[in-house]
Amino acid sequence: MTTKLARHRVAFTTLLSREIRRFIRIWPQTLLPPAITMTLYFVIFGNLIGGRIGEMGGFSYIQYIAPGIIMMSVINNAYSNVASSFFSAKFQNHIEELIVAPVPNYLILAGYVAGGTARGLLVGLIVTIVSLFFTHLSIQHIFITISMVFLSAILFALGGFINAIYARSFDEISIIPTFILTPMTYLGGVFYSISLLPEFWQKVSLLNPILYMVNAFRYGMLGASDIAVEVAFAIILVCIVSLASFALYLLNKGTGIRN
Amino acid sequence: MKALSIKNLTKVYNNGFEALKGISLDVQQGDFFALLGPNGAGKSTTIGVITSLVTKSSGSVQVFDTDIDLDSETAKSYIGLVPQEFNFNGFEQVKHILISQAGYYGMPANEAEPRADELLKQLGLWDKRNTAARALSGGMKRRLMIARALVHKPQLLILDEPTAGVDIELRRSMWLFLKTINEQGTTIILTTHYLEEAENLCRNIAIIDKGVIVENTDMKSLLNRLDKETFILDLKYPLSHDFTLSNYNCQKIDTNTLEVELKRDEGLNNLFTTLSQQGIEVTSMKNKANRLEELFLALVDKSEATL
Repeated sequence: MTTKLARHRVAFTTLLSREIRRFIRIWPQTLLPPAITMTLYFVIFGNLIGGRIGEMGGFSYIQYIAPGIIMMSVINNAYSNVASSFFSAKFQNHIEELIVAPVPNYLILAGYVAGGTARGLLVGLIVTIVSLFFTHLSIQHIFITISMVFLSAILFALGGFINAIYARSFDEISIIPTFILTPMTYLGGVFYSISLLPEFWQKVSLLNPILYMVNAFRYGMLGASDIAVEVAFAIILVCIVSLASFALYLLNKGTGIRN
Repeated sequence: MKALSIKNLTKVYNNGFEALKGISLDVQQGDFFALLGPNGAGKSTTIGVITSLVTKSSGSVQVFDTDIDLDSETAKSYIGLVPQEFNFNGFEQVKHILISQAGYYGMPANEAEPRADELLKQLGLWDKRNTAARALSGGMKRRLMIARALVHKPQLLILDEPTAGVDIELRRSMWLFLKTINEQGTTIILTTHYLEEAENLCRNIAIIDKGVIVENTDMKSLLNRLDKETFILDLKYPLSHDFTLSNYNCQKIDTNTLEVELKRDEGLNNLFTTLSQQGIEVTSMKNKANRLEELFLALVDKSEATL
């Protein structure tokens, strides 16, 4: 007799492998664009403009922005994977395959988030490899580096899931990335240290969770950060718990998926 | 044991539409049950509630004595659903769709793969196993949905208009397949607009109209209520111009076709004797309308009159 735990494990791995199969099947849309875009970032901001900027935080400009660019690609891809996959499942009604099956809602959430996290991490790895063609990277704190990229991917995969729950059209899954996520990423210290900003804008920047992720990740790789790493971990964990609880609440309520 | 027990089920949608007005229904284990009704009667809403796709407003649903509110995982594990609309990921390969669905029910890949292969062969989809589902023909998509519903070996199979838009040859092969799995012990609930399908397959029947069950009985009793039937007779030789058939209400459709109305207590033998005496030879005969169709229309008309 199969135990409930064993059945849940099979259901979770099935959902995760389906999600991984999906983004690998459409790799020209999911894996290739971030590699090309980030190559352009390294060429333009790193080599061409970065050479004139000089050092930042004690590092060459290209070295300084590399962790932020890697984190930016992780965040964007974790978010968009879940947003587009879950919304497509709603749009094509094949989310019903999961609703009629004995898969608890927390597993549906976990499966999609794990899929988004997997794509975020894979793209992060690809961009890291690309960055090695332009600069030398070393990892100062391996645990902080890996745990921060992992937690950031989870957090933004959860964000993508909530976006997809509320979305009623494909336009609505691109609004948040375009008008909220991208500005937050650019203003989250990817390309500059917030110490360059006036004091007021430094304080405003502290409201941006991406600032904490980028800086903690940069600390893991370079050993330099604008903020305390412990604070970054605490904020991200609180955000993950909050978004996961909210996403689960929406799923249990049936928002966007059940009549 | 009851495969399904619905008590006082109501559903009011957010826009105020009352789709189900307190329906109660029992389906016994092993039954082949028809749930019929006109468009918008509440059939799909009922199925949606049973399968957790629709949230009920009140009432209870039990599947093999398991309440869907108290132990939804167990209740869901008993059910296989073939919905009305195609609802698979068209970009996924046919075989992956089946294996994934089995996985959601906790069936590991080493069991799911042979089970998927077995169903793909039974339903004539083996050659298409590595094809993206969107590339299948309409009939193949229908069969894929049946295979997907059966992959976890459900005890209760619910089919919501499974043969809609399917050609007659495929429809008949699907009937045969469904009869076989019913004989093997799977309880089947079927909604359909093809009343001939329900009459041929189902032993018990419920008719729902405007959210109310207007009839719930066994097929035989229901058909016995017909007090007359109309037959179309194809004749070998043309009828004469002055042809009449005394004691029968009949109508000449054309020179070689005759329509005759028979009361229940009038045997067909008497009719054929009368025709033989007049030298009329019948080559074939059929019902003018499906018997269940006549009753269905009468019951729905009656429910409209009382509402």
